[in-house]
Amino acid sequence: MSTAVASPRENRAPGFWGSTNGRKAVMAVTGFILFLFVIGHLLGNLQVFDGPVRLNAYGRFLHNLGELLWIVRGILILCVVLHIWATFVLWRRNRDARPIGYQVKKSVASSYADRTMYWSGPIVLAFVIFHLLEFTSGTIHPESRFIPGDVYHNVVAGFSVWWVSAWYIFALILLGMHLRHGLWSMFQSLGLNHPRHTPVLKQAALWIAILITAGYISIPVSVLAGWVR
Amino acid sequence: MKLTLTIWRQKDPGAKGKFVRYPMDNVNPEMSMLECLDVLNESLAERGEEPVAFEHDCREGICGSCGFMISGVAHGPLPATTVCQLTMRHFKDGEELVLEPWRSRSFPFVKDLVVDRRAFDRIIQAGGYVSVSTGNAPDGNAIPVGKEEADRAMDAAACIGCGACVAACPNGSAALFTGAKIAHLGILPQGQPERDRRAVRMVAQMHAEGFGSCTNIGECTGVCPKEIPLEVIARMNHDYLYGAWRERRQVVTTIAPATDWEFGKK
Repeated sequence: MSTAVASPRENRAPGFWGSTNGRKAVMAVTGFILFLFVIGHLLGNLQVFDGPVRLNAYGRFLHNLGELLWIVRGILILCVVLHIWATFVLWRRNRDARPIGYQVKKSVASSYADRTMYWSGPIVLAFVIFHLLEFTSGTIHPESRFIPGDVYHNVVAGFSVWWVSAWYIFALILLGMHLRHGLWSMFQSLGLNHPRHTPVLKQAALWIAILITAGYISIPVSVLAGWVR
Repeated sequence: MKLTLTIWRQKDPGAKGKFVRYPMDNVNPEMSMLECLDVLNESLAERGEEPVAFEHDCREGICGSCGFMISGVAHGPLPATTVCQLTMRHFKDGEELVLEPWRSRSFPFVKDLVVDRRAFDRIIQAGGYVSVSTGNAPDGNAIPVGKEEADRAMDAAACIGCGACVAACPNGSAALFTGAKIAHLGILPQGQPERDRRAVRMVAQMHAEGFGSCTNIGECTGVCPKEIPLEVIARMNHDYLYGAWRERRQVVTTIAPATDWEFGKK
């Protein structure tokens, strides 16, 4: 029963970027920055209810930021890349950690949102790519013409197509579920947990996720209902 | 009461394993799960068959030797209980139970329901020493410890190292175990001098053992017989992140995770 056998595995310790804990910290920080974007983007988008003048002015304002816009975009892209990198390397490690699965396995403590992070993430990514092609570059703009600069027209015309709205609503619900887990999980990953504050944080994460999802979904719903024309 | 036990039978790591159904007609509801296996093993021995191998020692829920999956839940359906403390009255008459060993790359398979959990020992070993003055026994109240700190340290120290957290985690992560070990010393004043180094080394060893990463979903806490809170994982992350920075000039090595069973010599 000796353990003094030459090991085929290396015994060099991983550094911050190599360790599971370090990678989760990367995931948490990048996730937090992306969460800030989600809030900012929602507040900007809700100006659609103020009419075309206000929304188009906001769109012009963003485009006039020039280099600053690209700096922000660069940070966001970097966050997305790092967030996905951390997820991918950890996912591969986690898959290898249990080569033989269970015949029967039940979940006793985790929520549906917790367990579906690996699904909600990639679907939201696919949505973001579609969303950028539809409303930023205008490459895909079904059943109407994309007019650069006329944000209000593009939004109304885009969401008038039922399946675009349906896909948007579906993806945003998944984003809400992703945030429901991520918003409190990021604190845990960064080592912040408190017996009294964490239950409050979990409740807050749920409500913030619901509010964000409801806020975003209100736009296609209003277009489909004819409230925003 | 009547029960059907469907148990994973595998002679050794090299052999091919399979589930075998054992109908049991006369199960005393006051027996523990392990006693139920004892009764089964007696009848198997009488028939000249190989008894089911399982780990056990104290049978009072404090040693951490026993543990296996019962119908998909580590240590069975009753919360805060090890299989030795789980009495059969918690099951329904005629129920079919599926008994499987812990499944993890870091817990090499040994036999039937037994796995090698020495990965845990090596994580503890990697933590190293705690500075204590030698000589006469120190005065009991020489170092004041707050009640809340003492309670939190004790909650973490309750970990018996059974491995249920790893078994229940969909990622095969040992974060709850390692977190408990890091937290129970890190909270106390006696554990402060080596706090950074301990966190960095234990995390490094956990990584070297091949355990998965934590996704904070809490399946581990849900099955933990000692109800170790998820807070200890945050504690580990906290101590690791600070420690990794402050100890950045230290060369950290890990203990080679080698087991005899891996190399086929027993």
